Amino acid sequence: MSARQLRRRLTSGLMTGLVAALSFAAVLALVLILGHLVAQGASSLDWSFFTKNPVPAGEMGGGVANAIVGTGIIVGLAALIGLPIGVGTGLYLAEYGSGRLGWLVRFVADVLNGTPSIVVGIFAWTWLVKPMGHFSALAGSVALAVLIIPMIARTTEEMVRLVPHSLREAALALGYPRWRTSLRIVARTALAGIVTGCLVGIARIAGETAPLLFTALGNLNFTTHVLGPMQTLSLQIYVYATGPFDEWHRLAWAAALVLMALVLLLALSARRAMRQRHGAAR
Amino acid sequence: MAPPADARLRLETARLTALFGPRAVLTDVSIPFPARTVTAVIGPSGCGKSTLLRCLNRMHELSLGGWVTGRVLLDGADIYDAGVDPVRLRRRIGMVFQRPTPFPTMSIHDNVAAGLRVNGPRTPVEVEQAVERALRQAALWDEVQDRLRDSALALSGGQQQRLCIARALAPEPEVLLLDEPTASLDPAGTQRIEELCHELKRRYTIVIVTHNLQQAARVSDYTAFLFNGELVEVGRTEDLFTKPVQERTEAYITGRFG
Repeated sequence: MSARQLRRRLTSGLMTGLVAALSFAAVLALVLILGHLVAQGASSLDWSFFTKNPVPAGEMGGGVANAIVGTGIIVGLAALIGLPIGVGTGLYLAEYGSGRLGWLVRFVADVLNGTPSIVVGIFAWTWLVKPMGHFSALAGSVALAVLIIPMIARTTEEMVRLVPHSLREAALALGYPRWRTSLRIVARTALAGIVTGCLVGIARIAGETAPLLFTALGNLNFTTHVLGPMQTLSLQIYVYATGPFDEWHRLAWAAALVLMALVLLLALSARRAMRQRHGAAR
Repeated sequence: MAPPADARLRLETARLTALFGPRAVLTDVSIPFPARTVTAVIGPSGCGKSTLLRCLNRMHELSLGGWVTGRVLLDGADIYDAGVDPVRLRRRIGMVFQRPTPFPTMSIHDNVAAGLRVNGPRTPVEVEQAVERALRQAALWDEVQDRLRDSALALSGGQQQRLCIARALAPEPEVLLLDEPTASLDPAGTQRIEELCHELKRRYTIVIVTHNLQQAARVSDYTAFLFNGELVEVGRTEDLFTKPVQERTEAYITGRFG
């Protein structure tokens, strides 16, 4: 083996080792978080944790049923508002967004994507909570919707752009009007990718706390009334974790584990949707 | 060279010029396409073959900056007249591309039916009949009749291309445009498509773009030779290949350039 070959092999080995170590570091963060959550929270997960509401401070027991249901309602409502707008915007950007307006929308979406979520929360407070005169789950959902729209819009645009131009031409040559080509052929081909983007977006907002602090506020009681204050898992964790009681800390760990499991579940479904797409496209 | 009197002109270009912005890629091209014949368009890469084809179903104008002057007559009527809806026009003129373009989310059956749905309401029975007829015409029926609900992507490349031909045939167009339909196929697949051309010209007027001279000689009745965006010569295929009128045609078909 010549000296040069040896040097190449050494460099190659070194670089491979380096990137492997860095990947390990990235994965390690998730493993540590998950491991710690399971260690601290799993023991508190019992039937009453999921079915009971919080008990007054100082008392033992109680659960987070109100927060689980609240998270479902607030995130669900945010998705209901945000997904159609986001997907529609993304479709517009990909199909018709080559002009000045498209550039503007894209720019706004990118800026909005980078806006700190607490700022969005302040605006939701100013525009919804203050005029309405009280905190509400709806205001929280709107804040989360504002966060999810640019994410969904941009991923939808990317996914639609991945659809080969030849498919579009094939549909147009068959006598499809343009709008029908966009919906029936292009959007449908990109559907798995769009669904994946939506699931990832929902996972992102499911854990948001800051925009809910002064919109949904939190609520120790079970409620499904969207025009009043409502609890979410993230708010519950915030209150319990910063509180003085060991019992609260225990519940905060368990709630964090549940929230993490929820996000993990969404991420796994997203993977699954993506795989189906590749399965179909082979 | 004039087509024989018994062959009615289905399609014809008259001084057709195609441009991208200010730049002409096709200049003053006048070609007759007689009904129920195969006309091959040959010429070196970049000579405007595909652009010519795309002018015949008004796909050229969908490209950025694409526009045309001159006329394209379908059964005597200019398809570029102000009153003509290009979307409706394309339902009368089927097109098959260089690479197979099955719709990946649709089954074999739905791919063939795709063009029917935009052509006005049809009963399910009519759709089934049209799908079977188109698949038979494209010589694909025997291979796929037991798996019409499978994904179109499960087919081989050659089968996919015949599926695209079936999809183009299902709405019963008057003209079939083939843009290098065998470019991505193996010899067996190529042969099947060429045989298909012979079959289909009994019912359809076919224009086939090819860079394969042997293919043009094998499948076509008439051949047009384009060079640098201009029509050099058009005539009966046997004449054009055996006794070309133009020096440049002879040089091209004998392989001296292009």
